[in-house]
Amino acid sequence: MNKPAIDIKNLSKTYTNGTKALENINLEVKSGDFFALLGANGAGKTTIINILTSLVTKTEGSVKVFGHNLDTELNAVKNSIGVVPQEFNFNIFEKVFNIVVRQGGYYGMDEKDAIAKTEEVLKKLELWDKKDVVSQSLSGGMKRRLMIARALIHSPKLLILDEPTAGVDAELRKGMWEYLIELNKSGTTILLTTHYLEEVEELCKNAAMIKKGQIILNDSVKNLLTKIDGEIYVVETNKSINKDVIKKLGINKVDDNLYEINVSKKKPLQSVISQITKDKLEIISIKPKGNRIENLFLSIIKK
Amino acid sequence: MNNKQIFNSFLTLSKKEINRILRIWTQTLLPPVITQSLYFIIFGSFIGSRIGNIGDVSYIAFIIPGLIMMSVINGAFGNVVSSFFTSKFMKDIQEIQVSPTPNWVITLGYISGGVFRGLLVGLIVFLVSFFFENPQVDNPLIIALFVFLTSVVFSLGGFINGIFAKKFDDAQIFPVFVLTPLTYLGGVFYSIEQLPEFWQGVSKLNPVLYMVNGFRYGFYSESDVNIWFSFGVLLGFTVFLAFLAQYLLNKGVGMRE
Ligand SMILES: Nc1ncnc2c1ncn2[C@@H]1O[C@H](COP(=O)(O)OP(=O)(O)OP(=O)(O)O)[C@@H](O)[C@H]1O
Ligand SMILES: [Mg+2]
Repeated sequence: MNKPAIDIKNLSKTYTNGTKALENINLEVKSGDFFALLGANGAGKTTIINILTSLVTKTEGSVKVFGHNLDTELNAVKNSIGVVPQEFNFNIFEKVFNIVVRQGGYYGMDEKDAIAKTEEVLKKLELWDKKDVVSQSLSGGMKRRLMIARALIHSPKLLILDEPTAGVDAELRKGMWEYLIELNKSGTTILLTTHYLEEVEELCKNAAMIKKGQIILNDSVKNLLTKIDGEIYVVETNKSINKDVIKKLGINKVDDNLYEINVSKKKPLQSVISQITKDKLEIISIKPKGNRIENLFLSIIKK
Repeated sequence: MNNKQIFNSFLTLSKKEINRILRIWTQTLLPPVITQSLYFIIFGSFIGSRIGNIGDVSYIAFIIPGLIMMSVINGAFGNVVSSFFTSKFMKDIQEIQVSPTPNWVITLGYISGGVFRGLLVGLIVFLVSFFFENPQVDNPLIIALFVFLTSVVFSLGGFINGIFAKKFDDAQIFPVFVLTPLTYLGGVFYSIEQLPEFWQGVSKLNPVLYMVNGFRYGFYSESDVNIWFSFGVLLGFTVFLAFLAQYLLNKGVGMRE
């Protein structure tokens, strides 16, 4: 049996200013998994990642990466992880090529090997034509891809990405997803955090949700999605919806002729529409409201 | 990491530091040349001609080793504190932190940059001094030993300052309030024999005095203090600061939450 890529037991973190960021976290990510770590802002996702990558010290608990203990086999842990942090952390005056080659050097690679691998990853991430550009003049999405390239320089077995697609446009995001899927298929375990449910659906096999430093849910993405109890739609009409219908369906009036309607299994879209259009009312537009992952939180937290 | 990997990592870090120094040479190499040339002109030529000899050498010849040492000290310290703090500020220090590079290699890498800049600036100032005076060189080995160890000590000092610094101001406080006074009062411009006995005693508490005098001894075989004792002071500081840097890095001071 393969050892789990990540094995976290009773992990707690209290920052020096007294903030309790993590409380007794238990988390296992299997080798080969594509795992999503979800949670609202400030939930503790980055703290977990920073502990795994030794940027933050843990207060309590044990952490193992592919069976290597963080406390006693730090180098083995570091060699198996490549990390793409949430915030840009490269020298903005340095050229793209140098940033990636140097990272290889820090992992002890020979310069020749580091240069060859740099070419490979920069081409994969469509940054090769930017290799001689100073990093501060890259666009936001390119900067993020630069950090992905840098994280892959030493061919890590575990790739950790902290909100990798923040600020990346739709087309590039698709390309990035494909690349991540390819990496995962070739055996790289991937852990990512995200605020987009689409990303989880598209990429991940398993997911955990963290709230105020505690894991509140840990399941397969398939099971998780079935827990989404409905979705909120914003509906614009040409005149006011009948008061009785509003009451009956629990519709939330936002503005004149603008409503929010919760559509769930008990109240499917078809029946909702037929009820509000009963008295010659026309629907001008209908669209899902906001971020589905937030809806997922709301429905889970309510339970 | 095996030795080869450790060496690769050191080389990467060291090259990065040296590239930085050469890339921004107008900030790293040029200023000390201009300042020290002004010292040569004003103190050496204008005022020095009225002062006469100190010991067996002319005033301008006397201050040349001191001025070289001053630029070595500032160059070494300034390089490491600003490079290291900037890396903390831009967070690219995390590139090294997530890698298996051992702490002592991180220290060594940054120190190599400081030593490179200190020695290079020192060499340039030494060459510039020939426009004003032909300094005599009695003992190149002593000169090399003192200038090298001094650049190491102040590189380590800059590194430790960088570890503690939380904002850009913190990287300025020590140089302005401690380093500059110690250097100016460290016998760069005068022999402490010219001072009243009490102030001679006070001066002897200043470590820079031993560095400057040891270095000057290499030129003129004259020193206010015993040069082996000076050597011991320098060595002591090197060892102490190296261990302090290692201790602070291991504890993660200013680097890890
Ligand atoms: N260096 C720090 N010192 C003190 N408290 C911190 C520090 N870093 C994070 N925290 C606190 O720890 C908690 C968890 O933060 P963390 O960055 O792990 O959240 P997150 O889940 O990554 O959020 P986001 O989605 O916004 O990135 C927050 O309350 C945060 O304020
Ligand atoms: Mg975060």
